[in-house]
Parts: sequence; C-alpha cells; structure tokens
Amino acid sequence: MTTSTRHIISLLMENESGALSRVAGLFSARGYNIESLTVAPTEDPTLSRMTIVTSGSDEVIEQIIKQLNKLIDVVKVLDLNDGKFIERELMLVKVKATGTFREEMKRMCDIFRGRIIDVADGSFTIELTGSGTKLDAFIESLDKSAILETVRTGASGIGRGDRILKV
Amino acid sequence: MKFAMEPGMANSSKQLTGAEILIRCLHEENVEFVFGYPGGAVLHIYDAIFHQDKFKHILVRHEQAALHAADAYSRSTGKVGVALVTSGPGATNAVTGIATAYMDSIPMVIISGQVPTYAIGEDAFQECDTVGITRPCVKHNFLVKDVKDIASTMKKAFYVAASGRPGPVLVDIPKDITAHLCDFDYPETVHLRSYNPVTKGHLGQIKKALKLLTEAKRPMVYSGGGVILGDASEHLNKLIQSLGLPITSTLMGLGCFPASDPKFLGMLGMHGTYEANMAMQDCDVLLAVGARFDDRVIGNTAHFLSNPRTIIHIDIDPSSISKRVKIDVPIVGDVKSVLADMNELIATENLKQNKVELASWFKQIDAWRTKKCMNYAQSSELIKPQYVIQKLHEVTKGEAFVTSDVGQHQMWAAQYYKFEQPRRWINSGGLGTMGVGLPYAMGVQLAFPDAQVACVTGEGSIQMNIQELSTCAQYQLPIKVIMLNNRYLGMVRQWQEFFYENRYSESYMDSLPDFVKLAEAYGHVGMQITKPGDVEGALKEAFAMKSRFVFLDFITDQKENVFPMIQNGKGLSEMILAEDL
Ligand SMILES: Cc1ncc(C[n+]2csc(CCOP(=O)(O)OP(=O)(O)O)c2C)c(N)n1
Ligand SMILES: [Mg+2]
Repeated sequence: MTTSTRHIISLLMENESGALSRVAGLFSARGYNIESLTVAPTEDPTLSRMTIVTSGSDEVIEQIIKQLNKLIDVVKVLDLNDGKFIERELMLVKVKATGTFREEMKRMCDIFRGRIIDVADGSFTIELTGSGTKLDAFIESLDKSAILETVRTGASGIGRGDRILKV
Repeated sequence: MKFAMEPGMANSSKQLTGAEILIRCLHEENVEFVFGYPGGAVLHIYDAIFHQDKFKHILVRHEQAALHAADAYSRSTGKVGVALVTSGPGATNAVTGIATAYMDSIPMVIISGQVPTYAIGEDAFQECDTVGITRPCVKHNFLVKDVKDIASTMKKAFYVAASGRPGPVLVDIPKDITAHLCDFDYPETVHLRSYNPVTKGHLGQIKKALKLLTEAKRPMVYSGGGVILGDASEHLNKLIQSLGLPITSTLMGLGCFPASDPKFLGMLGMHGTYEANMAMQDCDVLLAVGARFDDRVIGNTAHFLSNPRTIIHIDIDPSSISKRVKIDVPIVGDVKSVLADMNELIATENLKQNKVELASWFKQIDAWRTKKCMNYAQSSELIKPQYVIQKLHEVTKGEAFVTSDVGQHQMWAAQYYKFEQPRRWINSGGLGTMGVGLPYAMGVQLAFPDAQVACVTGEGSIQMNIQELSTCAQYQLPIKVIMLNNRYLGMVRQWQEFFYENRYSESYMDSLPDFVKLAEAYGHVGMQITKPGDVEGALKEAFAMKSRFVFLDFITDQKENVFPMIQNGKGLSEMILAEDL
C-alpha cells in the first residue's frame, strides 16, 4: 500500500436533485475521506461542477475515480493531481478589532493580501482567498483569542493551461 | 365528479393517464410478468392493469417475494425483471429484494408508488423517501415529477438496468402523476451523455493477455457470474476447448462451463474444491473472467498474493478491476465481445499452449483431485444432505433449474448438483439473503412453465418467505421444494462448532411446524422423508407429479458440516477437509 496523499477531484454532473447525495452517499458508504466538497451550477445550467478534496493511497484514489465515473449522473471526472492545477479557497474570518488588535489585524490582513470587507465597533471581517495551506497559515498566525468566527468554502480547483474539463 | 382514470375519457381525448402510459411502456418493453402488490399510491396503476392483458400480473403475498421472483425471472431468462410496489411499507418491504439483486448485478426495473407530489415531505400517510432509502442499493433511481417524463424515464430505466454492468433501477411515481393526462410517445432510442458503457475490449491488451496465457506453465481460468450475465458461456467454452485450460467457477458462475468436462475443477472459494483452490493458489497466469475477487472467493488477500502470478482480468465494470487485488492486464469490456476477439485471434494466429507444460500441470491437478475432497461418510440411519442433492441431480438428469436459499444446504446444492448450463443455478451470492429460495423458484417456474424447478432450502430459510406457498397455489406452480431439515440454522451452527466451542447460541430451530400439514393446508402435496433408503423414491414420486407443487421435508443428519472450508482470514490453500477431522 502506498501512503495517503491529498487529491483534488473535479467533476461535472447532471444538475439534478439527488445528484449531490449520490456523490456524498458514495463517499460515506465506501468509507472514503472527504476533506471538503463544493458544488455549483456551471455556465451550462444543466451541469453542476463539483470539487472534492479527499485523501487516500493510490489504490483508493483509483477506486474513488472509478466509482464516481460509475454514477449515472456523473458526466466527467478529473483528478487534478494528475497534472498541473490551481487551487483556491475563500475564507471569511471575523476577528476582534479592539485596542491594539485593530492595527495588528490590518497589518496581518495586508501581509496575507486579504481584504477587510466589514468594519464594526469591535470587529473586522476579513476576506481571504488562496490555497488551503495559505488559509491555514493565516489562521495559525492569528492570536486564537482574536478569532470570533471563521467560514471557509472548501477548495475549488482548475487545471492549468489547456487542461480543460468540459463536456 | 369525473376522474381522468375512466377509460372512455382518456380515449376520447386521445391522451392517456400517467398510469396508462406506464402500462404502455411495459408493453413496449415486451414485459411478460409484473410481480407486485397493490396499495393506495398505485391504485391508478392497478386500474390500468385491470384494462390490459398483454402482461400477466403475479400477486405475491409479501413485496420482498415480488422482488425476488422478478429477480429470478431475470436470472433464468436474461430479460429485465419487473416489480411493482406501493409507497411506504410496500417500498421498504422491497428493499431486501432490491439489495439482493444489486449485489449480484441483476437487471430489474422496480416501480414504486409515491404519495402525491403536493404531499411529498409532509409525512403523509405511507410516505417514505424511497429514492433516498434505495439509493445505495440500486444502479440508479428516478423520481418522476411530471406525467410528460414517465415514458422517457421508463425507457432510460430499462436501458440502464440491462446495459453495461446490469443492476436494478427504481422508478418512484407519485400518485397524482399517474392520473394526469398526456400524449404517449415512447422514445425509440435513449442517449445519456453521462452513461456510455464500454463494449469492445482493447485489442492490444487482448493480444498481451493471449501471449501471457499461451506462454504460461500453469495457466488457470477463474470464471464468475459476469460470464452468465454477459451470455458468454459459449465463447468461454470455445476458449477453454481450443487452449485446453483448466477452469474453476465461483458460486455465481456455476453452469457457465459444463461441470462434467474434465477441465472443470469445481467451485472455488470458502467451500470450493481442494483442486480448484490449490490450482488458483499455484497457477502462474490467471485469467479472471466476469469475477470480482470477492473475499469469500480468494480468502486472505495477502496469502493469495504471497504466491506471485500474473493476473489478467476481463470485466465490464472498471471499478471491479484492481479493487481487491492488483491486476497486471486489465481488459475492460463486454465479456462476450472480448472472448470472441480472443477466440478469433487464437484461430487466425493459430495460438496453442505448450502441450508438455500443460500435461504436467494437469498431472499436478489430478494429484490434488485424488484427495477426493467431496467424499462424505454415507449412513444407513441418517439422511446425509449431500446424498439428497446427488439423488436430486440423478432424478432430474441434471437438467432442473435449482434455486436455493442461504446456508449449508446452499453450499451442498452448489457442490453436488453438477450444472451443465448457465442460468440454471439461481441463488443469492452477494447479499446471501435467506428467504429467496421459494420466490426464486416462482419466478423461474413462471418463465419456464414446463421445466423442472427445484427449490433447495433449509427449515430456517423457508420460513422467511413461507407465505408464498399461497402464491404457488394461486398460479399452480409445480415447484418441488427440497428442504434439508437439520433443525438448525446449520451454517450458523457450523461456525459455532468451529469457532465458539460448540456454544450453539440461538441457532436451534425450535417449534418447527409440521411442514407436511402446512403444505397440505395450502393445497399442496407434502412428504416427509426420514430414511436414506426412501430418498430416491420420494424424489421420483415428487417429480412424477408434473402439475403439483410438492414440499419434501428431508430430515437430515443434524451434525453434518460443509467441507472443504476455509476459515475467515485463512488463505486458499489452507482448507479444512472432512478427512482432517
Ligand atoms: C436474512 C438473513 N438473516 C440471517 C442470515 C445469516 N445466516 C446465514 S446461513 C443461516 C442459517 C440458515 O439456516 P437454514 O435455512 O436452516 O439452512 P442450513 O444452514 O441449516 O442448511 C443464517 C441465519 C442470512 N444469511 N440472511
Ligand atoms: Mg437448517
């Protein structure tokens, strides 16, 4: 058995009710990991695009791809890790912004190229995009007691250059 | 008040109700039998059935049996089985049958009624999320939300069920939809952009496989249920005959190659023959055809892999390949088409095995055969279950359709009834569902009214769908029930004897009914056989009653165990044989 690695799997599926639960059900029924899962309709409203972040040995990833392909609603599957790709995730963080925290937060936000999108008396809301590791790093670098709330979208991914996932 | 369901009204407008459309779809698909049970949500559909006579509706006594009967109709004929159940409890009762078919890849279309669209989600009477409940055990399912979608959905359902790796497809139809009116237009073809099952295998891979096989010193063929599902027996036979290869079958594959052929080593796996398991372990090139390296077949995977061999795997489902065992030469394709391509190449390129190598391999196989692992101690006092099956084989000349339940009796039927043809051995391999035997026999007997149909069962299993004795009476099905009555949940008792120091926890079958009287109460013939000397006579007598359902209660040796046996976690060559004890 090879060691477990993180994979980003992109797929196009029929934009039909129940399609999402088929994918989610497959992962739970077969005991595959899901780190994150995002889904939204594409420019063609009959199709949805899903990005799943999972991890497993090469054998497990191969099975995941095959099992996804087997679902009748799934039109196309691509393991982004098979080539070059870009990964982005959006995070909104509400932080304490009182006293010295106010300057500190602005500075941290700048360093990570985030944006403050809401300002209130005692708090800022910061918007940050990037890879999962970058978002993790941002959280790490904040004083835990300053974090009031976080929300992350989960990763979206796309192949580089002419690696295109389309019907 | 006027109801759309009145036939006159539907005709005058030339439009049909959803229920009528559904029936027309079944006619278009040439459905012969619908196995079902009515209820509130499907009343419009049942009324439409009342007005037609192109297919026959078989009224079972429990929805689970409808599913099993439709499943066996499919297993024995190769056609799509059709079942119809009502919403809520009708659908939940069907789930075991659906899961059973799913595990063995049986093509079926299940129509379930649903509460009206406007009531969905309101915990309406007899509402359940049928699509949600069945999702993990169907190949696909649909909820029809518009009468206009019934015809196209049914077309898709039949197509998806029967193509690629087959499986059950469920169509859930809310009651109001079945009353709405619409023009009927059955699509001629169906296209799903997300579903394109492969057919042809990759020629390069096929050539590679043939090279490996013909150069092998110890080649072996391992065939499974996929050969039967893919109607590829003839092609497999041709391959085996032209190359002269030894072959084994899984429980699901029995009959895909004639058991009487000297190249057949018998069934493999947990209760497989010594020679099949040893050859499987010891071969240097293995050709797996329509089989899936199930845990009951190869035992401990690490042990299996400890002996290096090159593995070629032909299967229509890519996810079956390299799932449990890494495959060296995968060939994704329809088994029949791949085997046909192989046979053609063998003929045109005049491919042959090395005669000397093959002869010495068969010499080794024959040495394993001398173990005579299927021998058992005869008794003049007690009926040995194996003996009953052997006599059943003799009396029916090996030509019967044999259905079975799940347990020791199933293994003995698989071991001692020598199947010569595909689609004759009907049992639940994947899910191992007790209770399938009798409804399976119903589905087969309806499909083949003149054939001999034997249901091999145990006193535990038969009681799981015993109510179907009534269905058998209604449709005058001349099934012969061969019950191996050991007063135990025998397979459970065997494991308790081996692994729990004879602590027979809840495996004794107490308070059994008088099965002879029970059969008679339903209007059937009942017989109880207690002496070995009476076995053959009773079987002959029963099968001579060509138009009667006969229930034969064989009182067998309670302590008999199934051998050979591979314990959980052990490897293929680590069998326990009867002679070891
Ligand atoms: C629905 C269901 N419940 C439980 C089991 C577990 N099980 C497997 S074999 C068996 C015993 C079957 O007893 P019987 O039908 O008398 O057959 P025997 O083994 O005695 O031949 C049981 C309980 C099962 N396979 N299916
Ligand atoms: Mg029993």
